[in-house]
Amino acid sequence: MPKLTVNGIEVEVEDGSTVLHACEEAGVEVPRFCYHDRLSIAGNCRMCLVDMERAPKPVASCAMPAGEGMVIRTDTDRVKKAREGVMEFLLINHPLDCPICDQGGECDLQDQAMGYGFDSSRYEENKRAVEDKHMGPLISTTMTRCIHCTRCVRFATEVAGVPELGAIGRGENMEITTYLEKTLASELSANVIDLCPVGALTSKPYAFTARPWELNKTESVDVMDAVGSNIRVDARGSQVMRVLPRLNEDVNEEWISDKTRYAIDGLRRQRLDRPFIRGRDGKLAPASWDEAFATIAAKLKKAKPNAVAAITGDQCDAESMFALKTLFDKLGSASIDCRQDGAKIGGVRAGYLFNSTIAGIDEADALLIIGSNPRIEAAVLNARIRRNWLATRMPVGIVGPEMDLTYDAEQLGDDAATLAAILDGKSKFAAKLKRAKKPMIIIGMGALARADGAAMLGQAREIAEAYGVVNGDWNGFNVLHTAAARVAGLDLGLTPGRGGLDVAAMYKAADAGKLDLVWLQAADEIDAARFEKTFTVYQGHHGDAGAHVADVILPGAAYTEKDGIYLNTEGRVQYAARAAFPPGEAREDWTIIRALAGHMGINLGFDSLAELREEMFELAPHFAEQDEVKAARWAKFGSKTKIASAPVATAHETFYMTCPVSRASETMGQCLMALQADAARDAAE
Amino acid sequence: MSIDARIADNQPDSFAFTRENEAEIKRIVAKYPKGRQASAVMPLLDLAQRQHDNWIPMKAIELIAKKLDMAEIRVLEVATFYTMFNLKPVGKYFLQACTTTPCWLRGSDNMMRCIKDRYGISSGETSECGRFTLLEVECLGACVNAPILQVNDDFYEDLDYASTGALLDSLEADEPLPVGSVTGRSGSESASGATSLAALKPAE
Repeated sequence: MPKLTVNGIEVEVEDGSTVLHACEEAGVEVPRFCYHDRLSIAGNCRMCLVDMERAPKPVASCAMPAGEGMVIRTDTDRVKKAREGVMEFLLINHPLDCPICDQGGECDLQDQAMGYGFDSSRYEENKRAVEDKHMGPLISTTMTRCIHCTRCVRFATEVAGVPELGAIGRGENMEITTYLEKTLASELSANVIDLCPVGALTSKPYAFTARPWELNKTESVDVMDAVGSNIRVDARGSQVMRVLPRLNEDVNEEWISDKTRYAIDGLRRQRLDRPFIRGRDGKLAPASWDEAFATIAAKLKKAKPNAVAAITGDQCDAESMFALKTLFDKLGSASIDCRQDGAKIGGVRAGYLFNSTIAGIDEADALLIIGSNPRIEAAVLNARIRRNWLATRMPVGIVGPEMDLTYDAEQLGDDAATLAAILDGKSKFAAKLKRAKKPMIIIGMGALARADGAAMLGQAREIAEAYGVVNGDWNGFNVLHTAAARVAGLDLGLTPGRGGLDVAAMYKAADAGKLDLVWLQAADEIDAARFEKTFTVYQGHHGDAGAHVADVILPGAAYTEKDGIYLNTEGRVQYAARAAFPPGEAREDWTIIRALAGHMGINLGFDSLAELREEMFELAPHFAEQDEVKAARWAKFGSKTKIASAPVATAHETFYMTCPVSRASETMGQCLMALQADAARDAAE
Repeated sequence: MSIDARIADNQPDSFAFTRENEAEIKRIVAKYPKGRQASAVMPLLDLAQRQHDNWIPMKAIELIAKKLDMAEIRVLEVATFYTMFNLKPVGKYFLQACTTTPCWLRGSDNMMRCIKDRYGISSGETSECGRFTLLEVECLGACVNAPILQVNDDFYEDLDYASTGALLDSLEADEPLPVGSVTGRSGSESASGATSLAALKPAE
């Protein structure tokens, strides 16, 4: 632990720290462009120059290891002059186009030029011209603005694991590009936009739409996957303009996936903005809320309790699920299910949580992935696995189809026999699991969302117990969900009770004409056609699969349009805040259920969100603990029945279009097309 | 020069190393520790260039990336960093003229002017006859005998306007002058003859 003096302040820093860290420790701000906490050190922008005692010239603090007894000064004339010199060089080729640059107002170069720039330029020659590069549908480039910090190159290579960006040429002719200007094939690609300290890489879908100072910024939580990335939603009026990551070391650090960031244009398209009722002619016609409630109430009054069923979707907030559950309890129906993919989970909490927590991935020393493609299902989490693999080269085994996870992973097989071989130690990978001190299993919906999912879960539990995946403080048994709503749904008990139907049973009952009413709460990943003959209520925000079969549509709010609680795959309780209002007559979802109950004369026991939450906290007290993970006790779960011979698949084929919002998003469609075009071109070669 | 201008528009459809070069690649890669095979990228680029008419097609870059388990962009970065790697066809005689300070002080401008007068080409261009390509490069590391013109692999030294012309004449006739100083001095000895230890002139 070296001790240094920075501007007369003595600080002690960790071994392996740099002078820049020491300056930060002492509360001294050091300007920088190329240095970034989460990337390797490049030391090429020279902006972080400081004076070091006995050094003949200023040193780049980001690349200078902190040493015992160093005396650093950042407030001398020489430092100021040196930084001004660096700034002048950077600005020589940087165009004066701040007024038409999207980075304006949140630009590192602009900000630091205020501190170290001159008011006019001494450079009278022509500035260098660089052609803009194509980097796909998300990243817009203006390469004359590039200052060659290489943050984007390092991010793509190190964090995203797709070494496709590079700096070609040298000196004045250096240019940042992808190989042959291909689309950057990463689910995390747009993070380079945040990393770019200037306006060289900016957001293509957001281009020229807003300035940072005219946006309302709301802290929220992402629902595109079950990671629960912390986001900031920037809205202007009622329109969500962009989504940016928010720092949370335990969840997403400071990255978010491209879907999290760019599916939001789907919030403007195909929205349900008023109630609809299907008329006698079989067509949906606009209706008033009263008419819609009256139609539903009439149906509900005639229906048998357990023949009224509900399925909740993957992006519902806990409150709306709780409200629906309360309503169904009052109706006397136990047919409610939050697992629209039919996943065989629920009951014992340890059997459906990411028990090690996402931060726990950093500690793992062997990993077995069963029926999941974390790169597609949880891109940010996959980056964490990659980081661990980069540092430790931990062995990774996959039970499932072959996949490229951006790190070396051994494909062990994709059937029941593979799992059995691991359990009785016949598989080569068994020895690696045995050697590991903190082995980890990630089991995904590809394994659990099938008829024999319970057997899969049981087998995985047995493997976990046999290989010390659960030992002492360590619990490396992890279920990776794809649905943001799933854990909250299971914690609130949205699984069929006594005599109730699960999703599969609902299909059967619907086929047999025995289902009187099915309530779809933003549930679109179902075989909707099978409810064609059943009276269907669709409560949700998008005209997707569910709305097509609906007899009554109740327009709800999307995740950016309501206050809500979400539990991510770890069971971390996170609060999202409303950033915009739902369109037209659409309402926040819990109020719709409350209003229907009022219409039918049922008392749900709450009249405000606060009251609802109070009721909910009584049922599930841990929901009140914001940003906390309540650890689950290990117990027996899963079944011992036979696993079918069908190969283990994964939850999603592709990354971009997986939910009603992303399916409605034009940007996500463009990404998918770019991906397919590049794949076709590669195949043709 | 922008990067696009440095890469040939017309690329061959395929590239493969000759059998001799494949053997040579094995020998080169074996020099580096296991897992560090990427260190062989420059010798391999050089082999590709020598095999392929003094320029490297993109297919060769992709092949080298595959052979050395590197990302394609990493190989392209190296190939574009060094002016010695040509990414588009060059003339039979590839002239690399040094114009860095010592050469410039010793009259590299005259050397450049001579080339320009003859073929009308500036840096990065190929003569109409297609046999000569000129590239202005940074220090070639032979400042004592400045100015220097590198023709393919050979250095011609102590050039002025007239001697550059004579050199080009000899190249046009495909009978290149002897390599080294065109004034006939031996190695890097003083231009006005040896001034010390004159008696110890090495035996011819």
